[in-house]
Amino acid sequence: MENLVYIALFAPFASSLFAALFGMSQREVFVGIVASMFIGTAFISSLLLAIHLYTTGDVINITMMDWIHAGDFNVSFGFVVDQVSVTMMTVVTLVSTVVHVYAIGYMDHDKSFNRFFSYLSAFVFSMMILVMSDNFLGLFIGWEGVGVCSWLLIGFWYHKADQTREENPSVSPSWAANEAFIVNRIADLGMLVGIFVLYWNTGTLKYDEVFAQLPYLNNGIIVTATIALFIGAMGKSAQFPFHTWLTDAMEGPTPVSALIHAATMVTAGVFLVIRANPLFHAAPEVSFFIASLGTFVAFYAASMALVERDLKRIIAYSTLSQLGYMFAAAGLGAYWIALFHLAAHAFFKALLFLGGGNVMHAMHDELDIFKMGGMKKEMRGTWIYMTLASVALAGLPPLAGFWSKDAIIETAFNEHTYFLWIMLVVTAGMTAFYSFRQVFMTFHGEDRHTPLGFHPHEMYKFVLIAMSPLAVLATITGWYMKEYEDFITELLPHYEMSEHTHHLASWLGLVVLFFAISGIVWAYLKYARIGRHAWKRDKEKEQGFFYKLLKNQYYVPKFYEEFITKPYAMVSAVFWEKVDLKIVDATVDNIAKAFYKSGDATRGMQTGNLSNYLNWMAVGGVLLLVIAAISAMFV
Amino acid sequence: MYEMIAFYLFSALTIGLFIVTVMSKNVLYAMTSLAAGMVLISGFFFILGADFLGVVQLIVYVGAVMALYSFAMMFFDATRDIKEKNTSSALVFLLGGMSALVLVLMFAAPMHSDAITALYPMHKGVGNAQDVGIVLFTKYLVPFEVAAVMLLVAMIAGIILAGKKMDKSLTKDTAVDDEILVVKDKK
Amino acid sequence: MIGLSHYLVVSAILFSIGLVGVLRRRNLLMLFFATEVMLNAVNIAFAAISHYYNDLTGQMFAFFVIAIAASEVAVGLGILIVLFKKFGSLNLDDLANMRG
Repeated sequence: MENLVYIALFAPFASSLFAALFGMSQREVFVGIVASMFIGTAFISSLLLAIHLYTTGDVINITMMDWIHAGDFNVSFGFVVDQVSVTMMTVVTLVSTVVHVYAIGYMDHDKSFNRFFSYLSAFVFSMMILVMSDNFLGLFIGWEGVGVCSWLLIGFWYHKADQTREENPSVSPSWAANEAFIVNRIADLGMLVGIFVLYWNTGTLKYDEVFAQLPYLNNGIIVTATIALFIGAMGKSAQFPFHTWLTDAMEGPTPVSALIHAATMVTAGVFLVIRANPLFHAAPEVSFFIASLGTFVAFYAASMALVERDLKRIIAYSTLSQLGYMFAAAGLGAYWIALFHLAAHAFFKALLFLGGGNVMHAMHDELDIFKMGGMKKEMRGTWIYMTLASVALAGLPPLAGFWSKDAIIETAFNEHTYFLWIMLVVTAGMTAFYSFRQVFMTFHGEDRHTPLGFHPHEMYKFVLIAMSPLAVLATITGWYMKEYEDFITELLPHYEMSEHTHHLASWLGLVVLFFAISGIVWAYLKYARIGRHAWKRDKEKEQGFFYKLLKNQYYVPKFYEEFITKPYAMVSAVFWEKVDLKIVDATVDNIAKAFYKSGDATRGMQTGNLSNYLNWMAVGGVLLLVIAAISAMFV
Repeated sequence: MYEMIAFYLFSALTIGLFIVTVMSKNVLYAMTSLAAGMVLISGFFFILGADFLGVVQLIVYVGAVMALYSFAMMFFDATRDIKEKNTSSALVFLLGGMSALVLVLMFAAPMHSDAITALYPMHKGVGNAQDVGIVLFTKYLVPFEVAAVMLLVAMIAGIILAGKKMDKSLTKDTAVDDEILVVKDKK
Repeated sequence: MIGLSHYLVVSAILFSIGLVGVLRRRNLLMLFFATEVMLNAVNIAFAAISHYYNDLTGQMFAFFVIAIAASEVAVGLGILIVLFKKFGSLNLDDLANMRG
């Protein structure tokens, strides 16, 4: 079993190194194939581990080596394969495998094909470290590793020029990459503080040992640590107010969006909360804040998705919204439901993104859904996949999204947080509306793309086949919720609905369903019809206050730019001119100048006459003698 | 008593002779006084009971080294006074005086010698030569051999360096010789 | 009674005389003489310490100093001869051709 753990962990690393060997050379298809095979191996190992864990229930703990050993500070490079991490491992490697295969087709024409696979596999490796580590420091290393890989991959097309915000809200890939990285750094500071607080108060970083000491910690420390850790989670999972980077991250290639910014990395925050559940459980105030924030973000992101025209950004908003759901569940104590939604979401959201990628590929990087429409006849396979994924996202039975999301909404009701419940239900309706708005705008309704000169074509067959596992999982995951509950609650706390909720469960489900279906129907009436009722742009409405507010993301990016970025740039300019140039640089320059001048001054000593040198030597020798004599006097 | 007389006598003489060595304008005087000073230094060694060292001093220094100097001097013009622009005496005597003063102060100071123990003590009733031989060929065998190799290397180096163009005179202007030869040929 | 300090002081004075020679003279041959003076001064110190601490180590060092002096003279004189052949002088002022 131990070998399987190592294979699952290091196969992506090997894959990354292998692809990196060809990083600077011509596109080679075999690089993609070999990388996919490596990741596939990691997936199979993870699956075998999951089966092993499911059948025997043995948690595997491995200490690979002593890592940091300084005084009392001991951290080993250790890994744990338990129910939570094995879930993450399986999900991550599965989606990664699909995305790797998909990228062979999608990145077909890209000249940096090999480099892409190197980055992508490096990401998987970092993610595996993140989920498998048995201590906070290892988690942090993985956390930073995925951050770096995310930066590399968002900015993959770094050569694209900057545009103004009016043309492109995310300016350029390199800008978006930097934004993501910097926002994450800010949040990671919180995370580091949290880790330090835990270390100072418990003297260890291992999950088990930290949690074992929880009863002896004072409440203030727990609250501080959880808040600080959650700030880190907020950054990685793009929760308000750190959310802006996620939609801008859509500048990256679509496989990246599917893998990193939908299925895996952004869920790391949720994973952290689940992983540290004893800690968060001990701080109910913080947990309630998490739930409230999650609900708010779910609603907030969904509202922005309502008016968005960019296909990938719509999906990004939906990711944001679904992350909000996960945090709501985790904050309310239903950790296993959050994890279940995480897994289900990973499947259908990756599928949705990859479908979006197909559309983008077909439309030659055009993402404006106003320019699409009626594409189902050209792209039947993609249409089926995206519809399926959207149904799952909207939460209609029997697909995965229904079970997991319904459970979250039920949890909100069960906790008597009725306001959260209402918000989540309304958001469910909005989710259905915007996801089907996007499907209908793209695949149904009037054909708007042919007049614009687009001739979309279906994606390669092997790509569509590669996507099928996701489609199957997006469909069936929900059916095994009961089994999964039994499996996961060996580690995570049970969450029991009260008698009252249980009684009302089917009614609650129906309410959610009603909202979801009415969202879909409305979207259908508005966007999917052709002929007389066909959708037309309503310029007047686009000038409306709410429309503009939503379109501009509540002016949050603008606010950040005006009140944070620009003042920061101004302060930096002042510091550069006043402090750096005048003090820091001047100091360094003067040191150099002092040496230069002293050299110039003493150049006269070099007469080339040995006798003069001997004189200087004697001066030095006598000086040393004098110093020796003086120091001997004081001994 | 005799030791004291010998010590002061030798001290005064060596100091005087060496001053002559350092100050003299004539190379021959300088060399002669150096050789004499070295003989007297071997006298110090005898007083100190280092008989073997004294003999070595006489043989190596006074015998070999000074002979080497006198042979080397045949290459140079030894009879002529050396003309040189000596370094300003103020600086020289300041530095020399300083070092002498400091060293004398340091050596004249009382020593805390309790902690010093002999590494290779001398044996009573055994001759100095025997004692030295035993230590030199056991404890110092490797340095001794290395010194031997070094001397060999020095010898070869000396031969090679000095041996080039031995047929040409260094003191006379060779051009003059050539002219004489040419004149002879014409005759 | 003559003590260790007496010898050491004589040694120091002789050493300083050698130093004065090194500083003062410009003729390479005279510099060699001054060096010999300094080496001999040190030998006296070694022998004296050897005697007063009843330890042969000092004498051993004096032997090696003599060995080094001998090889120094051999090589040094060879170099002097070569220099004299090349420049026709042993005066350091004439040899100074590496002005920085």
